[in-house]
Amino acid sequence: MTSSFPWLSLLLVLPLAGAVAVYLATESAARWIALVATLADLLVALPLWWLFDPQAVQMQFTEHVAWITAPPIYYSLGLDGISLPLVLMTAGIMPLCVLASWNAITTSVRGFMATLLVMETAMVGVFVALDFILFYVFWEAMLIPMYLLIGVWGGPNRLYAAIKFFLYTLAGSVLFLVAILVLYFYGGHTFDILALSQGTYPASLQMWLFLAFFAAFAVKVPMFPFHTWLPDAHVEAPTAGSVILASILLKMGTYGFLRFSLPMLPDASLAFTPLMVALSIIAIIYGAYMALAQVDLKKLIAYSSVSHMGFITLGLFVLNQQGIEGAVLQMVNHGITTGGLFLCVGIIYERTHSRLIADNVGLAAPMPQYATLLVIFALSSLGLPGTNSFVGEFLVLVGTFLWSKVATALASLGIILAATYLLWMIQRVVFGVPSPHHLPKLSDLNQRELATLIPLVVLVFWIGLYPNPLVSRMHQSVTNTIASMSRAKVAPTAHPSAGGTTESLLVGSREPLTAQGPSR
Amino acid sequence: MSAYGADLLALLPELIIAVTACLVIALDPITPASRRDLLAWLSVGALVICLGITIGQINSVNTRVSAFSELVVVDAYARFWKILLCSVAGLTILTSLPYLKAERIHLGEYYGFILLALSGMMVMVSGVDLLTIYLGTELMSLSLYVMTGLNRSKPRSLEAAAKYFVLGAFSSGILLYGISLLYGLAGSTKLASIASAIGSRGSDDPLVLIATILVAVGFGFKIAAVPFHMWTPDVYQGAPTSVTAFMAVAAKAASFAAFMRVFVEGLGGLKADWSLLFLLISVVTLVLGNVVAIVQTNIKRMLAYSSIAHAGYALIGFVAAGRGVGLSGGTPGLASIMIYLAIYSFMTLGAFAVIGMLRKGGIEGEEIEDFTGLAKRQPLAAFLMLIFMASLAGIPPTAGFIGKFYVFMAAVEADLAWLAAIALVFAVVSAYYYMRVVMVMYMRDPSPSSVAPPRLVTSPTLSFVLACAVAGVILFGLFPNPLVSFALQSVLTLK
Repeated sequence: MTSSFPWLSLLLVLPLAGAVAVYLATESAARWIALVATLADLLVALPLWWLFDPQAVQMQFTEHVAWITAPPIYYSLGLDGISLPLVLMTAGIMPLCVLASWNAITTSVRGFMATLLVMETAMVGVFVALDFILFYVFWEAMLIPMYLLIGVWGGPNRLYAAIKFFLYTLAGSVLFLVAILVLYFYGGHTFDILALSQGTYPASLQMWLFLAFFAAFAVKVPMFPFHTWLPDAHVEAPTAGSVILASILLKMGTYGFLRFSLPMLPDASLAFTPLMVALSIIAIIYGAYMALAQVDLKKLIAYSSVSHMGFITLGLFVLNQQGIEGAVLQMVNHGITTGGLFLCVGIIYERTHSRLIADNVGLAAPMPQYATLLVIFALSSLGLPGTNSFVGEFLVLVGTFLWSKVATALASLGIILAATYLLWMIQRVVFGVPSPHHLPKLSDLNQRELATLIPLVVLVFWIGLYPNPLVSRMHQSVTNTIASMSRAKVAPTAHPSAGGTTESLLVGSREPLTAQGPSR
Repeated sequence: MSAYGADLLALLPELIIAVTACLVIALDPITPASRRDLLAWLSVGALVICLGITIGQINSVNTRVSAFSELVVVDAYARFWKILLCSVAGLTILTSLPYLKAERIHLGEYYGFILLALSGMMVMVSGVDLLTIYLGTELMSLSLYVMTGLNRSKPRSLEAAAKYFVLGAFSSGILLYGISLLYGLAGSTKLASIASAIGSRGSDDPLVLIATILVAVGFGFKIAAVPFHMWTPDVYQGAPTSVTAFMAVAAKAASFAAFMRVFVEGLGGLKADWSLLFLLISVVTLVLGNVVAIVQTNIKRMLAYSSIAHAGYALIGFVAAGRGVGLSGGTPGLASIMIYLAIYSFMTLGAFAVIGMLRKGGIEGEEIEDFTGLAKRQPLAAFLMLIFMASLAGIPPTAGFIGKFYVFMAAVEADLAWLAAIALVFAVVSAYYYMRVVMVMYMRDPSPSSVAPPRLVTSPTLSFVLACAVAGVILFGLFPNPLVSFALQSVLTLK
């Protein structure tokens, strides 16, 4: 269903207009303008959920306007079942980021809010761009706003963290640009992402291109061993920066793998699968172990992100329907859950001015509402059944099981470790006995803080209990991706003959599992 | 006389500039100091007329018109550069007005020298005879030597002028030697005759190769390519900032223009040889420029190394042009250089305009540290500097990305993807030092000291220059189509 109304352009323009308005406004009005702009963007994004046709094979809400004539570059936008949830998540997270920064940001509020809004345009742009150069422009355009976000409004060691983030991600993406240009000349002189996904490229070329793509996406995810910028950036960034980073920015890496690496380079994706799975499992276990050792709450969540992002890359590279659908679902889930956790840390930091676990002990008594929500997000993060992450991680593990039982067993270790570090954190932060000289008078959540957290809690349970609307929307697009992979010389494993595999799994039928059988 | 009428008419823009230059120098002694502004406005007026005529020629004269027995031509290629150079010269004059007053070196002949240098550049870009090109080069260089030493009370300025003069004269000598060898084997200094002589003698004649290398060295000095870059940091740092901007932008663009014409029209038969030579030069240029820029603490020196690095990027387009195969030949590579330098002009002019504004007490604040906390005191200026730095680093959606994009596109088309990869890795290195300026402006608080922090001195003309520069950087970044198609059309007249 192609709508003539330019929904996606409106999504891109609104935050930018908001940024201009914020820049011209006064400091006190800046917060309200930013809130209105992000909420307006969410209001534009929400109808897409219902207007989206889950059965359609093509991109929807497409826009196609010539931008540069030589070489042909288009302002080309579109949504499919993979980008729809991510766009909605981005639009949904941003108002929460504005709310979370309401009192936390005291210096140059206008600059901060304008930067947030510019980020929103760039991030939505990444998920809806269907032209490679347009995609790259959005992909890179968010570097400077993020650099400023960390470097200007961040913690004490912000300069180091900001430049490290900037250089890591820039270094990753420059080789990506060369790969795009090479693809242009091999793929029939076009930057059209969909056309390039249909082409076939020599296997040896695919290997090089895969490595170049990998450099960009693996840094962004971040995959082990390219993750070292993440803890620094998370710890130093202001709360809103951490939330954007964890919820949205990291997803761009996995989105890149799914949108470009798999369909365009099927042979290379298949050839690199063992390496990618190995790196994912290392990230899962290593990230979890590192999280165990952290004394800083933000660092703990940062390493847990490394571990959870490992599940997503694992699900993508086992190359079957269950794994990829689990991965897409998990992209959204991680955004919701980790976003919630970072918001919780921000809230407590505003009160105690410390992110150390030791300084924030025994919050259950003074802040019962806060403690409840923190426990919910932690349980969601460790994948408790009934919460969102359970569904995603379960699908990923099912997909992995079809690929290798050993890998599944190792990945499951990550879930056990997640339970360990999260429950241990909860035990200390929520139920610990506070030392008397710490803990100033703590007030429980105010209405603004509740407003930032409650929507996420609703999503945690909604996806956890009834994921079908979300999964059914992504189903066709994931099937497409797997179908385009079948151009590989060795077809990928476990291509479902009929649709509905995942849904039947979700309602509890075990048949598809045995029917498909282990292919490797 | 009537025989020359048509020729003179073709060169009307050059004539206007040269005559105005003489007029300004003649009027200077009889103009009272308080009214020297008039000389600047006279020069700007001449530039606007010249720009109008050149733009008017775009539609009326589409073919290649040669004048004075084929010493110079008026073609689309020359017009592209003339439009760029006239705009740059005009913006430089507008930057200079407040800057020279603040530096107390507001001399009338300065504007005369800018116009003289510009007329030299215009001859360079339209010359099709090696001697004509050489004369243009010398006119440009001699004017620039004087302008570099304009600040007579500063030893650094004098030192820069002396260094620039000695090395510049040396490089001119080498260029002239190459020209004389080419004359020896072609019997003419016309590019067309040289091309046919090389065609008949073959490319493995050692005399041809030596002459090519000497000419390449001569131009290498002018465009500040490694290893002929030694003069650049000292001269850029010592010269008055407005002169530095003019050198970094206009002189480099004009030298590239002449250099491209000589190597494509005259020495095109040797492109397999010179593309290898420039491949080496471009790699060492961008590596050395970017790496050494990191350790600079003076922002003018840092931008000097960055301008060396940018010459390296532009040379990649030239290598791609030499390797170009098929119907399009070298056009994408050559056009990419034109796009790159046009965009480079805007962002570099903008950056130097901000630097020229920064005052530390009575003197110019040109250390990177002087920018500390600028975002708090002057947010708009800091934001403009942020845009120029991002553009120099090649981050989209600024124009700097478009410039790099076309150069790398040409490189990948010429099967030089590895060269593009190396160049892009060093673009990351460059991002480090450009972002350091942003970091200092936005993320550091000025150290509490008794000295008043450096502040920006604004003026209407400077605001106009900054507006033009930032408009160029953003508009060419978002809508590069007009510039790209203009460059692609213009390059076709280069044979």
